[in-house]
Amino acid sequence: MAEQLNSMLSLRGLTRRFGGLTAVDAIDLDLAKGELVSIIGPNGAGKTTLFNLITGLDRPDAGEVRFEGQDVTGFSPERLAGEGIARTFQLGRVFGNLSVMDNVLIGAHTRLRAVKPTVPVIGPLLELGLALLRPSSVRNEEERLREEVKAILARFGERLLPRIDQPAYSLSYANRRRVEIARALALQPRLLLLDEPTAGMNPTETAEMQALVAELKAEGLTILLIEHKLEMVMRLSDCVIVMDEGKKIAEGPGEVVRSDPKVIEAYLGHGLSGTSEQESAA
Amino acid sequence: MSSWLDYTINGLIVGNVYALVAVGLALIFGVSRLINFAQGSIYLVGAYIGWVAVVQLHTPLPLTIIVVAVAAAIVGLIIERFGLRPLQNSVRIAPLLATIGISFVLDQLVMLTFSPNPRALPSQLPDVRFQVGGGTIGPLDLLIAGVGLTSALLLFVFLRYSKLGWAVRATAQDRDAAMQMGVDVNRVNQAVFGIAAALGGVSGLLVGMYYNQIDTAMSLQATLKGVVAEVVGGAGNVPGAVIGSLLLGLVESYGVAVFGTSYRNLFAFLLLVVVLVLRPNGLFASARQAPPEPLTGTFIAPSRPVRIPRWALAVAAAIFAILPLFPVSFYVLQTLINAWLLGMLALSLTLVAGTIGQVSLGHAALLAIGAYTSALLSLTLNVPVGLAIIGGGLMSAALGTLLISPSFRLRGHYVSIATLAIGEIVSLVILNWESVTRGPIGISGIPPLSLFGTELISPTSIYWFSFAVMVVLALLQGRLLTSHLGRSFRAIRDDDIAARAYGLSLNRYKSLAFIFGGFAAGVSGGIAAHLYSYINHETFNTQQSILALTVVILGGLGNVVGAMLGAVALVGLPEVFRIAAEYRILIYGIVLLLLVRFRPQGLLGTI
Ligand SMILES: Nc1ncnc2c1ncn2[C@@H]1O[C@H](COP(=O)(O)OP(=O)(O)OP(=O)(O)O)[C@@H](O)[C@H]1O
Ligand SMILES: [Mg+2]
Repeated sequence: MAEQLNSMLSLRGLTRRFGGLTAVDAIDLDLAKGELVSIIGPNGAGKTTLFNLITGLDRPDAGEVRFEGQDVTGFSPERLAGEGIARTFQLGRVFGNLSVMDNVLIGAHTRLRAVKPTVPVIGPLLELGLALLRPSSVRNEEERLREEVKAILARFGERLLPRIDQPAYSLSYANRRRVEIARALALQPRLLLLDEPTAGMNPTETAEMQALVAELKAEGLTILLIEHKLEMVMRLSDCVIVMDEGKKIAEGPGEVVRSDPKVIEAYLGHGLSGTSEQESAA
Repeated sequence: MSSWLDYTINGLIVGNVYALVAVGLALIFGVSRLINFAQGSIYLVGAYIGWVAVVQLHTPLPLTIIVVAVAAAIVGLIIERFGLRPLQNSVRIAPLLATIGISFVLDQLVMLTFSPNPRALPSQLPDVRFQVGGGTIGPLDLLIAGVGLTSALLLFVFLRYSKLGWAVRATAQDRDAAMQMGVDVNRVNQAVFGIAAALGGVSGLLVGMYYNQIDTAMSLQATLKGVVAEVVGGAGNVPGAVIGSLLLGLVESYGVAVFGTSYRNLFAFLLLVVVLVLRPNGLFASARQAPPEPLTGTFIAPSRPVRIPRWALAVAAAIFAILPLFPVSFYVLQTLINAWLLGMLALSLTLVAGTIGQVSLGHAALLAIGAYTSALLSLTLNVPVGLAIIGGGLMSAALGTLLISPSFRLRGHYVSIATLAIGEIVSLVILNWESVTRGPIGISGIPPLSLFGTELISPTSIYWFSFAVMVVLALLQGRLLTSHLGRSFRAIRDDDIAARAYGLSLNRYKSLAFIFGGFAAGVSGGIAAHLYSYINHETFNTQQSILALTVVILGGLGNVVGAMLGAVALVGLPEVFRIAAEYRILIYGIVLLLLVRFRPQGLLGTI
C-alpha cells in the first residue's frame, strides 16, 4: 500500500454493471509512483472493463478514480490521455491503414504544442491554418517527434524499424502489439496500462516483451499490467491483484497470492484459463 | 372542417404504413447490423407491381396483395443472395455502399421501365366514408389498419413459435453464439430479407392506393421515413419500430395540421436528428450501452495506394491546362468543366467519407449552401462574383459543419442516415424559407462568372477558371493529408476508440474535416450557380450526392488524385460512349456495386 503522497492511481469502490451482471464490483486499488501492479483472474473476471473505467472509455456506475490526487471519475478518454494515461488494448487496436511511423506519432498527439495553440474558440482553426502553412516551429516539432519515434522503435530491436513505412495491417500479430506499446510510450505516459501485452506471442517473443516491461519499470514508469502468463507476473510485479467475477479476491506479493486457496479455487472453478492459446487462434 | 380526430386517424394510418417498412428494417438490422438503404426501392417495386396487377391484369384486391408480397419477397431474396452475401467477410463500409448502389439500380430500372411520370393506382375499394365520432374513416383506412395488424400478428407468431423464427431471434441477440449453436445464418438472413421485402412491397402498394398516385420519388422518401421510424424506436427493435412509426405518423400529421403540407418531411427529419442526438439508441433503449471492446474489422478496405510520381501529375496537369489552346470542340470543354466541378465536390467528399470515414449522403446540401450564398451575395449585395464564390465556400464550411455536427457522435451507417436527413432538411428549408431563398421559384438572373471585373463568358476562360480552382483545392488538400491532421483524420477513421484514448477529440477533427471539405463543396456550388444562372431547391439533389460517392469510391477513398480521375472518368466516359442520359444513373449504380464487390480500394487505392 502506498502512502497518499506519491500515489499515482487510486480506485475506491469502482463498480460497473451490465444489465444483471456486475462486471466490476466495488474494486479498491492503490498504485504508487514507480510501482508495477498486476491484475490477474480468469476470463470474464472484469479486468478489461476495469481498464476501460480507468481510461474513460466507459463510465462507472459507482465509485471513484483518482489520478495523482485529482478526482478524474467520468473524464473523457481524450482528457485522460492529456493527463498522461496511456493504454494498450487486449485485442490490438492499431490504426490499420496508417504506417508504423504514423501509428506511433498518434501516440505523441497530446504532446503537440506548436501546431495546436491553446487558444479558445479559434484554436481548431489556427490548427488547420498551421497544418497547411507549416511554419518552421511546426516543422521542427514534427521532425523532433519523428526522431523520437525512431528511438522508441529502436527499443524493439529490428522488429519494427525496418517496417517503419509499412501499413500496420500488413504486420504480424506480435508486431502489431509492439506498435501499440510503442504508441503508448510516445505519449510519455505517467501511468501505463498494458492489457495482456504478450497475448498470442511465442516464448521468445514473450521473453522479449518481459524484458522490455522490466526495462520500463526500471526507468521508473508506473505500470498496471493485465497478464495471464503467471511466470511473467511473478517476476515483474510489486503486487498482484486477483479478480474473479468482478470482485477483488486476493491482493499481495506474487508468492503469497499464488498459494491463496481462494485464488486456486477461482482458477480451478472456471477451468484453468488458457487465454494465450485462445488469443492466438483468434 | 378537418377535425383533430381526422388528423389522428390519418397519422395512425400513415404510421401503419411506415411500420411495414420500419419493421423490415428493424429485422434486418437485428440480424446483420445493417441499415438496408434499398428498403425504399423494394417499396417502390411493390407499388409498381401492384399497378401492373391492378391496372393491366385486373386482379382482385386479395390477389393483388399476395402477388405484390411474393414478388417483393423474391426481389429481397435476390438482393440478399447476390448483393450482400458475397460481402459477408468484407470491410464494414462494403454492405453500406452495396445497399445504396442496389437502391439506385432498382429505382432506375423502375424509372426506365415505367417512365418517371406519376401514375394513378386505384384502390379497388368503394369510395365511402363512415362517420366516427367527429371524424371520418374509409374502407382503405380499415384495410391498411387490417394489413398492419395481420402482419404484426403473423410476424409475432413466426418469431415466437417457428424454428426459423427462433433462429432469427437468436441471431439478433448474439450472432456468434447462434452460429456456434448451429444456426444457419444464411438462412436467417434469407428469411429476414424475404419478410422485410414482402412487408415493404405491400406497404408501397397501400400507399400508392392511399394517395391514388405512384412515382419513382417514393423510394427515397420511404427509405428515409422507415429509417426515421426505426431509429426512433431503437435500431433492431421490432416492437420499437412499430411504435416509432405510429409516433412519426402522428408527429407528421399534427405538424401538417398546424404548419401546412410542405412541412411534413421537415418534421420527420427533425425528429430523426433530435433522437439521434439525444437518444442514439432509440427512445426505448434500456440502459446506456458501452461499445463492446472488440469492434472488429476495419471500416475501409486496406490497400497500398498507387504511387504516381510528381512529374507525371505535373505533366497531366499541364496537358489539361493547355488543352483549350488546341482545336477542341465546345462540347469537350463543356464536359470537362462539368468534370472539374464534380471533381471539387469529390475532393470534399473523399476527405470526409474517405479520410475521416464519415460517409456523407447529403453532400449535395453543401453545394446548395454554397450556390445560394454566392448567388444571393452577388445579386442582392452586389458582391463581386469571385468574392461571392469564396463567400459561398466559407458559408458552406461554417453552416455545413454546424448542421452536420449532430452526426459527429454517430458511427458508420448512422452517419449516412443523419447526413441524408440533414441534406433533406437543407433542401426543405430552401423550399420553405421564401423570404430569403425565393422558395420554389428559385433564383434566376445570377450574374455570370467574373474575375477582377472581367466577365468569363467564353468556354475557354470558364474551363481555365474551374480547372485552376480545382487544382488549387487539390494541392491544399494534398498538403493537409501530409500534415498531422491527415494522420489524425485517418486514425479516427480506422479506430475512433483508440484515437480517443490517445487524446484525439472526435468533435474537433470531424469539424475540421467538414470545414475544409465544406469549403471545397461550397466553392463548387458557387461556381455552378454563376455558370447555370438559375438555381432552385432541386438543382442539387441526392443523385449528385450518390454520383460524388461513386466518384470517390472509383478513385479510391481519401485519394486526392483518385477523386479527380474518378470525376473525369464518370463524366467523360458516358460522353465518349454516347450513353443516353437516362441510362447514366443506372450505370453509376452498377459501377458502384461492381467496385464494392471486386475493387473496394478503387482505381488508385485507399489512402
Ligand atoms: N460492453 C459490454 N456489455 C455487456 N457486457 C460486457 C461488456 N463488456 C464486458 N462485458 C462483460 O463483462 C464481463 C467482464 O468482461 P472483461 O472483458 O472485463 O473480462 P476480462 O477479465 O478482461 O476477461 P479476459 O481475460 O477474457 O480478457 C464479461 O462477462 C463480459 O461479457
Ligand atoms: Mg480482457
